[in-house]
Amino acid sequence: MTNLLSGKAAIVGIGATEFSKNSGRSELRLAVEAIRMALDDAGLTAKDVDGMSVFTMETNPEIEVFRQIGGSELKFFSRIHYGGGAACATLQQAAMAIATGVAEVVVCYRAMNERSGHRFGTGIQNLQAATTTESSHYGWYAPYGLLTPASWVAMFAQRYLFETGATTEAFGHVAVADRRHAANNPAAWFYEQPITLEDHAASRWIVEPLRLLDCCQESDGAVAVVVTSAERARDLRQKPAILTGVAQGACDDQQMMTSFYRDDLTGIPEMGLVARQLYEQARITPKDIQTAVIYDHFTPFVLCQLEEFGFCERGEAKDFVQGGNIEIGGGLPINPHGGQLGEAYIHGLNGVAEGVRQIRGTSCNPVADVENVLVTAGTGVPTSGLLLGQA
Amino acid sequence: MSEGSTGGAPRPRPGITRDTAFFWEGVAESRLRIQRCVDCGALRHPPGPACPKCASLAWDHVEASGRGRIHSFVVVHHPKVPAFDYPHPVALVELEEGTRFVADLVGVKANAVEIGMPVEVEFHTPAEGQTLPRFRPVTDAG
Repeated sequence: MTNLLSGKAAIVGIGATEFSKNSGRSELRLAVEAIRMALDDAGLTAKDVDGMSVFTMETNPEIEVFRQIGGSELKFFSRIHYGGGAACATLQQAAMAIATGVAEVVVCYRAMNERSGHRFGTGIQNLQAATTTESSHYGWYAPYGLLTPASWVAMFAQRYLFETGATTEAFGHVAVADRRHAANNPAAWFYEQPITLEDHAASRWIVEPLRLLDCCQESDGAVAVVVTSAERARDLRQKPAILTGVAQGACDDQQMMTSFYRDDLTGIPEMGLVARQLYEQARITPKDIQTAVIYDHFTPFVLCQLEEFGFCERGEAKDFVQGGNIEIGGGLPINPHGGQLGEAYIHGLNGVAEGVRQIRGTSCNPVADVENVLVTAGTGVPTSGLLLGQA
Repeated sequence: MSEGSTGGAPRPRPGITRDTAFFWEGVAESRLRIQRCVDCGALRHPPGPACPKCASLAWDHVEASGRGRIHSFVVVHHPKVPAFDYPHPVALVELEEGTRFVADLVGVKANAVEIGMPVEVEFHTPAEGQTLPRFRPVTDAG
């Protein structure tokens, strides 16, 4: 199949506010700050921006953000649904718009006061019961007390442990790796605060089998990235991070967080679909990837993703994560920025920014000789992923 | 131990559509219903207007036996919401008929729940005017 997308677009600018628990300013202002930084980073101005792509969960409309940054003509704006599953899909929108000539400079952003404002982990018990398809979906869970993302993910995690023979210590290895990397990242909320497997095992239950240290942070902050054509990227300020693959995935019997009715609950078929598309687009295999930013709202799905991307066999992630293999210096360092457990939870867009830093060689935890970086989006939901390569 | 009673705080109410009303009408009569395709006979849950297997839009329902086995489960500790007692076990049950269904689990200590455990449905009234199904392990005597 001819691929018209691979290599056509590049991330040329990244920007982020500080990551905190109380930003002290509006989500709109956070968006504006991050976008200005990303444009400065690229050597572009607001007048160059003619496209925007965001999450449906983003509370700052494109038009208002565009007005605030002083943009003038917006030719492309799009929104992707399904929570953090949109993280890399916004980049797919940007790449498609650029590859088809619809837009030339597209900004993707996520700005949220997710700790000081609306906290996703407080539950959907007050969600208005309506006669819509999406509202009725939660009616299969909320009356019984499954109210939070942790509660929905835990159902998969329990079955995963049962079928693979893994213990919750395997989850702990992911948390330890993230926090080790964050400890060396001054932008991370958990800078200089590494944890041990014992800390993980001693942390309190949130929803068994998930402990506190299996769950990502709640954060205030914003991240923005600027995308343009690979051709134009050559003349800009930064070393471009080429989008060599970018894909979305949703599979049979797909539900929002609760695909509990498939024969097998130990895999993430929609991420497997993303993986196959990415490898085909970029014409690479798992061994060509030097580091991966694996979406880590909850640690168990990191294990499943390692399997879906073929870094290890099914059920063997519990062994793959042992002995520092997913830490800096290991076979596949993941989340060198500290992930969403360690750096901040900006719905995965901070992971895209880290992918760019690894291509540029400017990460706090640079992986040696990076040619290809994988970045994934939210799991348990319709999702997306991308591959970044060198120009 | 807790039986999942609530002291009267209502559970979150489900959103109900024309495709799912039959299920909640059954629950109000203490019946657990499973949607069935009229054309190919396939059972499906959660319900919807079309059969993913044969594309038929014709459906009715069967009444489940209420027996099944725990396919997976969680024990909720946080956040604590007034309508529930914590720790709060919730099971994904594979019903005898082959479909799966999520509901509270009672009659077993949270640390004694196991995948594969046989369970049976019962109905409770957590708040006035609200009936919900829940599962209880099947005892030898039962």
